[in-house]
Amino acid sequence: MDNKKDIRLMKGNEAIAEAAIRCGVDGYFGYPITPQSEVMETLMLLKPWETTGMVVLQAESEIASINMVYGGAGCGKKVMTSSSSPGISLMQEGLTYLAGAELPCVVVNVVRGGPGLGTIQPAQSDYFQSVKGGGHGDYKLIVLAPASVQEMADFVELAFDLAFKYRNPALILSDGMIGQMMEKVELKPYRKRWTNEEIKQMHPWATMGKPAERERNIITSVELDPNAFERFNHKLQDKYRKMQEEEVRCEQFNCEDAEYLLVAYGSSARICQKAMELARAKGIKVGLLRPITLFPFPTREIQALLGHVKGILSVELSEGQMVEDVRLTVEGKVKVEHFGRVGGVVHSPEEVVEALERKIIGG
Amino acid sequence: MEVSIKDIIKPENLVYQKSSLLTEKPMHYCPGCTHGVVNRLIAEVIEELGLQQETIGVTPVGCSVLLYNYIDIDWQEAAHGRAPALGTAIKRLLPEKYVFTYQGDGDLAAIGTAETIHACNRGENILMVFINNGIYGMTGGQMAPTTLEGMAASTCPFGRDPERDGNPLSMTEIVATLPGTRYVTRQAAHTAGAVRKLKKALIKGFNNQKENKGTSFIEVVSTCNSGWKMTPVQANEWMVENMFPFYPLGDIKDK
Amino acid sequence: MNEEIIIAGFGGQGVLSMGKILAYSGVMQDMEVSWMPSYGPEMRGGTANVTVILSDSRISSPILKMYDTAIILNQQSMDKFEPFVKPGGVLVYDGNGITRHPERKDIQVYRVDAAEEAARMQSPKTFNMIVLGGYLKIKPLVSLDNVMLGLKKSLPERHHRLLPMNQAAIERGGEIIYKVEA
Repeated sequence: MDNKKDIRLMKGNEAIAEAAIRCGVDGYFGYPITPQSEVMETLMLLKPWETTGMVVLQAESEIASINMVYGGAGCGKKVMTSSSSPGISLMQEGLTYLAGAELPCVVVNVVRGGPGLGTIQPAQSDYFQSVKGGGHGDYKLIVLAPASVQEMADFVELAFDLAFKYRNPALILSDGMIGQMMEKVELKPYRKRWTNEEIKQMHPWATMGKPAERERNIITSVELDPNAFERFNHKLQDKYRKMQEEEVRCEQFNCEDAEYLLVAYGSSARICQKAMELARAKGIKVGLLRPITLFPFPTREIQALLGHVKGILSVELSEGQMVEDVRLTVEGKVKVEHFGRVGGVVHSPEEVVEALERKIIGG
Repeated sequence: MEVSIKDIIKPENLVYQKSSLLTEKPMHYCPGCTHGVVNRLIAEVIEELGLQQETIGVTPVGCSVLLYNYIDIDWQEAAHGRAPALGTAIKRLLPEKYVFTYQGDGDLAAIGTAETIHACNRGENILMVFINNGIYGMTGGQMAPTTLEGMAASTCPFGRDPERDGNPLSMTEIVATLPGTRYVTRQAAHTAGAVRKLKKALIKGFNNQKENKGTSFIEVVSTCNSGWKMTPVQANEWMVENMFPFYPLGDIKDK
Repeated sequence: MNEEIIIAGFGGQGVLSMGKILAYSGVMQDMEVSWMPSYGPEMRGGTANVTVILSDSRISSPILKMYDTAIILNQQSMDKFEPFVKPGGVLVYDGNGITRHPERKDIQVYRVDAAEEAARMQSPKTFNMIVLGGYLKIKPLVSLDNVMLGLKKSLPERHHRLLPMNQAAIERGGEIIYKVEA
């Protein structure tokens, strides 16, 4: 395979597919839904089963997809799926089982507007579902929010690294805008898939057939003894605390001297970057903090700015979800407001500046 | 000389021994339940075929949810109805391994209907074992998709009424129509003869995987004497009289 | 350099592919680029538009309200996007099917009758390349060499025999575009 520097113009969804093959994913299981169908379409066109040996399968539903992911993950394989909001809702059952069985996998949500069948246009209204668990029980997903096509590609590998490090499902929370837009992307060289022997070494918990010398491996989330299950839940929480300590990622623009702060992720962060430029041109000292990990949330990073920041506008394509985490972080020390268009309408940079002036500076 | 019990328990007097793949864990099944027999047969078949290291089992939600405690192989526990989806991925990612799913009627024929039909339709090269006792055992005896007309359950206490509850579902006949299935059979485990036939079917289900020619599907018409509120003997008699006419035993497809 | 462009017209006019070729040309010239389409059912025969940004530096928002250049290929798009050209910006349009011509006095308006020319050249599919050629005459941000490289990257290999025809169309577009005096 050709491993020289590979720069292409491609859609975010296509970048996911390319990156999956290149980082040695063993299996992709999916079901078509707009605006993310290009992920599986691209995989099917690239026929990775002929090159890397990756399995690509169109399942009968999102429910089947996520449970195929469970089966593959239980074998210690690098497996993933992708969908968009209504399909991700169907996957919540599988996700809580994956979290409960401590299985690593990657799920991509190219978010569209809801509730219900909603719209196929971009939105960021699945934040709560993504960062607060989503299914039943006390659990968290590792949530990464790409803001460019390059990050769509790069975060596939990062998500797998984190998923295996913590034995926890990782979610790439994208949206219709990042999924459908094309940008320049540098693709990484191909990495070999793990061999079964390597998997047995690295992931001794994987069900790959029980040799005489070890105990049988059981992938399960059932525990009927309340005391044992309480201990297990505490163990999960320890894991999430460790993620909060060690895995927060965010990007800051012009935050050093900022009097006002925009907090935005994914596509909204891109729009806010432009809004920041427009506001700075007007003489308003605005900074932008872009959470890259939504769970764990960049709590300390935001708190560190409260010495000079007088007000925060949380900007997302929703009626106000992430703003709750910003408020929890800020603990009432400065004013925090939400701004966002919904229903598939995307706010313009000008609208963000206007909202900042109206809700934070003037308000 | 007086013979003591210790003189009788000797290797040379052994007429039956449990499979070495059955663990020491006492089974949680009710006395008389068919699950115990089928669990034992699966352990025996895997042992006799020498497939302990090659087999991955998928357990369901229902009475057999804890099946992984009893047979000493690698296991995955599936969400309700999703075992065929897990089995699909396991087999596709580890095609050299032997994969089987084990599900009850609620799991396989109600909540997991789509997963069952599509795994069979794709011809996944796995063995699917389907325990049909016409009732939800673990949750306390509710109506199953396979509950017979007129048969009482806690959610149809006056008997299944097709007008209200729909008709009993013959999943095995349905999957037999799909081109992806290779071997579809309906067996039971209530007599020594039935147990021997079932064991042969299970061996076939495992051996078929060597040839990658489609899904093997074995229904076991079973009793749930607790759910049916009968003694084990009565339950077996009731099954023969009432279940077998609607769910007749025998091979439906073998290609 | 930062050029923010909207290309808008009917689905089937090659709006999205023209944007892609322009963006790919930018990639070949080592620029930062973004290509953001409107997507969905409206693409099936309705109006289609795409925002293309070419820049020397990292691109912030791929979605914009105001544009440096609007390339307008039908009346609905004219009505929708003429007001959103930045003062001093450029509007390029094809006069075919246009009943209300651009009215703003604070922008530069150019006309390229690409549909007519494509029909005359008997290659209707090169319509969008004639438009692109016209635009590149006005804003020569990428070299013809890089446009051809971008075109090559954008087209599936089985269509590479069509490259000379497309190059001719791009060149022709540069010849026939003219400024509409306010």
